[in-house]
Amino acid sequence: MHVAIVGNGIAGVTAARHLRKLDSSVRITLISGETDHHWSRPALMYVYMGHMRWEDVKPYEDHFWPRNRIDLVRRWVTSIDVEGRQLHLDGARTIPFDKLLLAVGSKPNKFGWPGQDLRGVSGMVSLQDLQAIEAASVGLKHAAIVGGGLIGVELAEMFHTRGIDVTFLVREHAYWNHVLPAEEGDIVGEVIRAEGIDLRLETELTEIVDDGTGQVGAIVDSKGDRVEVGFVGLTAGVRPNLTVCAGSPIATDRGILVDRTLVTNVEGIYAAGDCAQVKTPEGHRDLIQAVWYTGRMMGEVAARNLLGASDEYDSGTWFNSAKFFDLEYQVYGYVPSAMAHHQLPSLAWISPDRRHACRLVETEDGKLSGISVLGIRMRHRVCERWIEEGRDLAYVLAHLREAMFDPEFYRRWDRDIVAALSGKVAA
Amino acid sequence: MSTTLVQIGGARPARVGPEARTPTALEKAFLALVGAGSVMFTLALFAPKVFGSASWAAPTMFGLIAVGSIGYLWSGYGHTTPGIKNHGIFHSSLANRGALAWLAGIAVTTFYVVLYWHGEALEGGYQLLDPFAQKLTGSPADHWFLYGFLYTLLVLIFGGRMFLKYRHNRYQLIRTASVMFFQLGLAFLLPGVLKKIWAQDFYFTYFWPLKPDYLLPFDYVIGEGGMIAKEWSGHAVGRFMVIWSAVMALGAVPVLTWFFGKRWYCSWVCGCGGLAETFGDPFRQLSDKSEKAWKFERWSIHGVLVFIVLFTVLLWVNDATGRKLLGSDGSELFWKTYGLFIVMAFSGVVGVGFYPLMGSRVWCRYGCPQAAILGIFQRFFSRFRITTNGGQCISCGNCSTYCEMGIDVRSYAQRGENIVRASCVGCGVCAAVCPRGVLKLENGTFGGRYDGDGKPWSAFKDALRGRPKA
Repeated sequence: MHVAIVGNGIAGVTAARHLRKLDSSVRITLISGETDHHWSRPALMYVYMGHMRWEDVKPYEDHFWPRNRIDLVRRWVTSIDVEGRQLHLDGARTIPFDKLLLAVGSKPNKFGWPGQDLRGVSGMVSLQDLQAIEAASVGLKHAAIVGGGLIGVELAEMFHTRGIDVTFLVREHAYWNHVLPAEEGDIVGEVIRAEGIDLRLETELTEIVDDGTGQVGAIVDSKGDRVEVGFVGLTAGVRPNLTVCAGSPIATDRGILVDRTLVTNVEGIYAAGDCAQVKTPEGHRDLIQAVWYTGRMMGEVAARNLLGASDEYDSGTWFNSAKFFDLEYQVYGYVPSAMAHHQLPSLAWISPDRRHACRLVETEDGKLSGISVLGIRMRHRVCERWIEEGRDLAYVLAHLREAMFDPEFYRRWDRDIVAALSGKVAA
Repeated sequence: MSTTLVQIGGARPARVGPEARTPTALEKAFLALVGAGSVMFTLALFAPKVFGSASWAAPTMFGLIAVGSIGYLWSGYGHTTPGIKNHGIFHSSLANRGALAWLAGIAVTTFYVVLYWHGEALEGGYQLLDPFAQKLTGSPADHWFLYGFLYTLLVLIFGGRMFLKYRHNRYQLIRTASVMFFQLGLAFLLPGVLKKIWAQDFYFTYFWPLKPDYLLPFDYVIGEGGMIAKEWSGHAVGRFMVIWSAVMALGAVPVLTWFFGKRWYCSWVCGCGGLAETFGDPFRQLSDKSEKAWKFERWSIHGVLVFIVLFTVLLWVNDATGRKLLGSDGSELFWKTYGLFIVMAFSGVVGVGFYPLMGSRVWCRYGCPQAAILGIFQRFFSRFRITTNGGQCISCGNCSTYCEMGIDVRSYAQRGENIVRASCVGCGVCAAVCPRGVLKLENGTFGGRYDGDGKPWSAFKDALRGRPKA
């Protein structure tokens, strides 16, 4: 059997690795137009900042692929011939397949802003984006970043390390507040501002102004403010990349529609990672998860199902992490954002210097719903176990030390947290 | 629509460590002090008569170097916020094997060649330290005294740099203070004082097999060039030193490694480690992470260990058989081979001289027999591990890149497996540079050290095979 995988990001590569683990005879072809080899997309910023070289962000040495008999093809897929079971690639090449996995990732959102296609406007998702940003940085004095998500703050840090001023437009009234609770969003905003970033909340991009040469010259926001900039980073979220499905009978909505076994409406064709829209039972929102970890988990499920299983994708107890300049963030379980319609009771502790915080969220029936921390590291397995075992907050506080994951000799924040919060919990 | 022009203040200095960018005016001033001190020292080396052993000369030139360096680093890190700031490292010529790195490598290598094979050529340098050496050791300075002095000075200056760079990280602060203390106190001052009192120096922080003479038959240990001066051999002090070296080599090494991993020695106590963790820190990212390098490492480091163990056994047998086996001075052959190839060429010329080209732990990784023994204990009989935090790894590669021992930390972390590796010296930098809080050095229970998603047995088999699984 020949499985073709389109996309060498984390979902596609995890699928390829697991296919090989599970079956030594399946033929695997991994196709990407972006790069020759798999690389860590979240590490893009570190290449720009000079923390690592390009070869350092490749998680596997180049000999890993031939050794595991995973054939690599560096081409863009132009169309999918579903009937004839083959892929058309650029350069008039075709690749026949028995089964297909689409792991084509996502693209930066563009909302039809005037000037969004000028030179000097870019997202930060692909290697090609990185190259564009690198080229634009030469002689750049001031950049604008539009959209308050994780990629936006990464891009801000990148420019910051080169002494380039940054104006950062965020639509919401606090940074990332469709994910973070209000207080945490405020703290992150303070961190961003403390670095000297010109963070502007509750404002939107209205226009990117041409400098007369087809290059970005300035931006104008919804408050009417104009800022002269030489670069605009579009980081207002991402959406599934559907380009490859155009003209094929593969059903799409916002993403490539798949059921919980990650199969599309066409038998033998699967989708995983950022590009997949996982259908859920009536009354629930479909899942589009554009996160590294879920891409990895979907890749694993896809590999099993490509080989004949019909396992359902389950992201399990939610977790995620991020870093905002020097401030680390981790979340385990469900912690409602400032914008969530339905809030849950929670206990929050914030250190006096506002660089450490912990929030414990309770479900309506008094169980631990989720834990989020800023400037503190916690153990994934312990937090996950507490949530799955339905522990209450009193138990969590009594055992908090078990969850601490900060390096040795660090201040024992669990003591401060317990001292502050234990009085507020019914024994 | 009304538009207002908003102006943001002019470009601020990039938030980059001082080594990876053009210096500011203040930094230039401090560098000028370092330059002045260095020029004086170079002049002394090439024209010994200029300063002779004038009592003001050494304090002036080394004072300029120390004050200038610390000032430069302080002003350089002063405007960064506390946190990991590896900005620009791979854009830097010195830190990314550019022309500057080659120049530095050639300079340090040349110094070692001269030191080992033409020590007397450094007279202009060591005579500067004569007044100090007389006070400390009661004897005139020689090239070894100069070497120890410069070595300690580098550990202290670059230890200061570690304090600035990792000021947010208590593990790094305490560990750096530890290597500075052991280098200054137990590897420089105390041996000097002992030399004055007993006419014999002794290093409490070195044991067999790193200092093989500390566990050789007594005839080799006592007397000229040995561990104990003849007049002390029957004395309680002499007996204490013999017992100390034996207890440390045979007892403390396995016991402390069981509790803390090999880091208790390699990145907290050892002088080679001390230099690597301070002066070597700017070069840690240059270690080779390839599987090929790992394969070579396992042969070379254990090869040196086997050589020393065999030779030690042979000398004891020779001693027990009335020296019939190797003749009256069997150690001569050993010292010639070991001294030339291992100590001089390997640990000195390559080990330190190649910092800017191969990273800071070349000797520790490929050659040190002490590290080999500690590593075997760490790998099989230790509670130490680097715990991987569930599924949080994003495979970014910071951990592997900044591992001075060339361990591909990421290959474990991205599979959710703990890291139990013979070579890990426990410097803690992987955990420090991880942007997602994935890694933690800890001494847990022995049985649970492989806990994670991976199965212990398959992790063990992978380690033996020396390659990551698909």
